[in-house]
Amino acid sequence: MDEPLDTPKSVSSETPPVVFMRNIVKRFPGVLANDHVNFELRHGEIHALLGENGAGKSTLMNVLAGLYRQDSGTIYINGTPVSFSSPRDAIEAGIGMIHQHFMLVPSQTVTENILLGLSKPRFRLNLQEYDRVIADLGEQYGLKVDPQAKIWQLSVGEQQRVEILKMLYRGADVLIMDEPTAVLAPQEIEDLFKTLRAMTQKGKSIIFISHKLQEIMEIADRVTVLRRGKVTAQGLDASGITRQELARLMVGREVIFHIEKEARTPGEVVLEVRDIHAENDKGLPALNGVSLEVRAGEILGLAGVAGNGQRELAQVITGMRKCTSGEVLLQGEAISNRSPRFGIQRGVAHVPEDRTHVGTAPNLSVTDNVIMKTYRKPPIARHGLLNRLAATQFAKDLKKAYDIIVPTVETPVRLLSGGNLQRVILAREISGKPALLVAVQPTRGLDVGAIEGVQRLLLAQREAGAAILLISEELEELLALSDRVAVIYEGKIMGEVPIHEGEPEESLIETIGLMMTGTPMEEIEKGVEAHA
Amino acid sequence: MLEHPEPKPLASSRRGLPFRIRLEPRLEEPPRWYPALLSLGAILVALLIGAALIALAGGDPWKSYVHIANASFGSVGVLSDTIVKATPILLTSLACAIAFRMKLWNIGAEGQFIMGAFGASAVVLAHIVPEDSPRWLFLLTMMIAGMGFGAMWGFIPGYLKAKFNVNEIISTLMLNYIAVSWVNFFVFGVWSERGFQMSAKFPKAAWLPRLADYGKKIPAFRGLTTHAGLLIGIIAAFAVWLLLYHSRWGYEIRLIGDNPRAAKYAGIGIAKNITLVMMVSGALAGLGGMSEIAGVVHRLQTSPIAAGYGFTGIIVAWLAKLNPFAIILVSILFGALILAGREIQPSGVPKMIQGIILVSLIASDFLLRYRIRVERLDMEEED
Repeated sequence: MDEPLDTPKSVSSETPPVVFMRNIVKRFPGVLANDHVNFELRHGEIHALLGENGAGKSTLMNVLAGLYRQDSGTIYINGTPVSFSSPRDAIEAGIGMIHQHFMLVPSQTVTENILLGLSKPRFRLNLQEYDRVIADLGEQYGLKVDPQAKIWQLSVGEQQRVEILKMLYRGADVLIMDEPTAVLAPQEIEDLFKTLRAMTQKGKSIIFISHKLQEIMEIADRVTVLRRGKVTAQGLDASGITRQELARLMVGREVIFHIEKEARTPGEVVLEVRDIHAENDKGLPALNGVSLEVRAGEILGLAGVAGNGQRELAQVITGMRKCTSGEVLLQGEAISNRSPRFGIQRGVAHVPEDRTHVGTAPNLSVTDNVIMKTYRKPPIARHGLLNRLAATQFAKDLKKAYDIIVPTVETPVRLLSGGNLQRVILAREISGKPALLVAVQPTRGLDVGAIEGVQRLLLAQREAGAAILLISEELEELLALSDRVAVIYEGKIMGEVPIHEGEPEESLIETIGLMMTGTPMEEIEKGVEAHA
Repeated sequence: MLEHPEPKPLASSRRGLPFRIRLEPRLEEPPRWYPALLSLGAILVALLIGAALIALAGGDPWKSYVHIANASFGSVGVLSDTIVKATPILLTSLACAIAFRMKLWNIGAEGQFIMGAFGASAVVLAHIVPEDSPRWLFLLTMMIAGMGFGAMWGFIPGYLKAKFNVNEIISTLMLNYIAVSWVNFFVFGVWSERGFQMSAKFPKAAWLPRLADYGKKIPAFRGLTTHAGLLIGIIAAFAVWLLLYHSRWGYEIRLIGDNPRAAKYAGIGIAKNITLVMMVSGALAGLGGMSEIAGVVHRLQTSPIAAGYGFTGIIVAWLAKLNPFAIILVSILFGALILAGREIQPSGVPKMIQGIILVSLIASDFLLRYRIRVERLDMEEED
């Protein structure tokens, strides 16, 4: 690629940083997203940008990538002030951003996607030639991908490689990666990290946006931390800092990684799932005889690799999916194959997996969103009419009690950040004092502070005597919160383990891991006996 | 969580200009007065374009506009006629508004309007109530019949959509033609008045009261054609507002309209509501048909009731952004355009102005979502 030739200066600390952003201010209505932020990226480093959701990381990087224009402040690239009015300007200056959601055309090949929008192959495409160029480029950076493959055939990890190649092909020297690991499987994360290291060795510089401390400790050379639009730590050496310190810089207080859980004796059975069979959206069997029990005042964690029937199980329990056989009992009453409303009226609360498409109505106000489950009952409804004052008061009370950050309760919820949106949903679901709470991936995509808040709310519900079915892919979370963990695999429960404080966790995790990969509990126990 | 389309520079790379114009997506809700001001501005721009066209056609734009204004608002008499034209539009656009709020694209207000007119006429022509009945009994049964037939014409596509997911745009559109033919069958045959393509005139007791009826007592009302349909329309507007924004059911309609999956999750039956909302929508349009037949036409006849009020209602509902009170104002504006337009040219220019207004109003919506920023170019010279 056409590397811009460095002016023959002494390559040392004298070299200006590749990117220097000085006093960047970006204001959105009601929010100061970036408040005089300074950011410096050195040549050949991986620089992590850490911060909670809504801390201003993405805004800052969107400014750098030419998507937004700063209200004030200056960007210097290799010491020269620049002004971008579009992403194209930024790419020309060697800055490429790889977004969380890929921008690829599924029906076209890797090469076609990479060439898309470029002026170079003008009319007649000589794709074979470009295939070779792209294969070479991939080779160089350890980004293995078949140039002739169509995008839809590729895994998420491979698609990400295509995005990276796209930027490299355009001559990017600085790569901004917006939470690149969020969509990847563990093995793919390893590969990505290898690629990132290979790229820095070839003189690229990388900005790595994340809120996963573990990853930052592993991959980053330096860290800049943002909190509520301000820099709390600029360019810290990543090797000389602990996770706890980083977490404190990010949320402004010590995050308690271990949540204290009060010992409780569970009450009577609230939810009983009996031999449920159900199909998925494609009409294929998704649940093949699931049976579970959740008691009042306990959390049953449901572990499993994504796509093993968790979603369908939650839908059957909450009445959003019909089951083909079996029964769901709530306090002894059958609620399966009834309407969602039937369950809602009997105290089933549901924190859905998909916050924006199922959990909320984006263009309606916070008020309209929090009354979704209570609008049928007084004081909000009376004789078929809605009492707007009561609804607004209810929303204001929840806003305060659950610390929802929003200018007014009349603001449409599409303007809320992920963490705040989840708080709106939790506030709504919990405020009804449910008998049963089905929480699906309640902390996915949230930052450390928000995760802790959500987890505390779940534990508070446990103490209040609700039966909680917690479906999560985060094993750590399940182990921290649950009284028991059941494991689902291909629509069947493989087994269940009680979680006690102080149990040797290694063997427990191993057992769960075995069940998650399809070994039933009985076989594991047999194996243990055989060893003994 | 927010997704922004790329801001588009309009004149960014052009050298020589000391500023550049950028469009930025709005992230906040604009102030309350802004949409109204914007619509007003759009209408002004449309009138300017219309003026240019009139000038091109060799007319005097200013004189034409003054003429239009005079012919629609110039005196109490013509104002009254404007309101008469606005009344059916008001009811059909309310019908559209309630369906559109749930994202049900009811294009069939026209047919529902016609069926409403038919139902109301049937009360008289099929002697459902005795001919010497008091006025209140006539009008009440006509209203019920009009709404009932309209609701039925809304039920058909609603039920098909709810049950078999039949596209309501197509089904409501097609039902419009059936409604016309249905009425024609009666007008040409069963109820034909001595072979003419119209029914006999209704007895006076089946007429909606007009202002002119009170001319003897209040001389100022003499000759004014405004009828009680206006009152029905305004009450209906208020009712729709109450329903949508202050009732449980209205909340469900808005929730389904914004996110059907969330509505399902909140325990709202969507299929049932599709049918019901289509029926209410049809009933409102049918009420409009009744008001037109009992207030203006006074007999069953195809051409004056199949005059496109249902289609104009779609436009008006959209322009009023589905706000029931704004619908009243926009209906009057369109009533004026229909009435006064005929003063200039039977068709052509007035229709064109209507079209231009529509296009510029829809285009102005863009400025609700984006804002224009003019920036000075300070540190532009990079290299």
